[in-house]
Amino acid sequence: MSGIAAVNLADELLEASIITRATVPDWRAAIALAGEALVAGGATTSAYTDEMVAAVDKLGPYIVIAPGLAIAHSRPSAAVLRAGLSWVSLKVPVEFGNSANDPVSLVIGLAAPDHDGHIGIMSALAKVLIDADVLAELKAADSPARVRELLNQFDRSQRPVSLLEGKAQK
Amino acid sequence: MKIITVCGMGIGTSVLLKMNAEKVLRQLGIDADVEAADIGVARGMARDADIVLTSADLAPEIGDVDADVIIINNFFDLVEIADKLTASID
Repeated sequence: MSGIAAVNLADELLEASIITRATVPDWRAAIALAGEALVAGGATTSAYTDEMVAAVDKLGPYIVIAPGLAIAHSRPSAAVLRAGLSWVSLKVPVEFGNSANDPVSLVIGLAAPDHDGHIGIMSALAKVLIDADVLAELKAADSPARVRELLNQFDRSQRPVSLLEGKAQK
Repeated sequence: MKIITVCGMGIGTSVLLKMNAEKVLRQLGIDADVEAADIGVARGMARDADIVLTSADLAPEIGDVDADVIIINNFFDLVEIADKLTASID
């Protein structure tokens, strides 16, 4: 991963793009919320929401890639304004039809304008999602501000050296 | 060795799986080239790949290829990825 600038997810997730402890009737509504949150953060137009739902209709619930976790996304298109993330935690988990990983309690919306520009974001996302303790805290967070606070804490824990040296490196 | 991670769009879950597979391969000391691909191009790419990593929903879409198609249930379970890669490589 050398050569890719380290990204703090808190910088990528505006409060407008975070919805916590939502209640939805089904997976379509869950993805729709993730889409609305991307729109609210200025990453996509509402057409992208429909594209994310259509992707699951076409290819199945493969976006549920770990227990309780769905990465809602579609491909780069005119509906993507910039690379961005949204975050929707669900008060009551919903079924996506993925036998290995249902039910889903966290839907992360992802938009990318091309195949490479968001790799820094994906790398940062992977670091958070693989940390079971941090992920559990994030899922339990009851406000967008709390989600960002936890992500900032996590980011600081990941880069003690840059804390000491300030942000002047590179 | 060439490994392809496959998802529907080639920008999301396959990228996360590629990152975690690379981490596992480093830990195992295995030298491999890992590429993320969407399902549309994966079949062609799988022709000269040794291993394809993907999810249960997409595995049938890969079709009949020489590469070993491995289904990963939890993309963030490095032990699952390591066990399945090791079993395929040995």
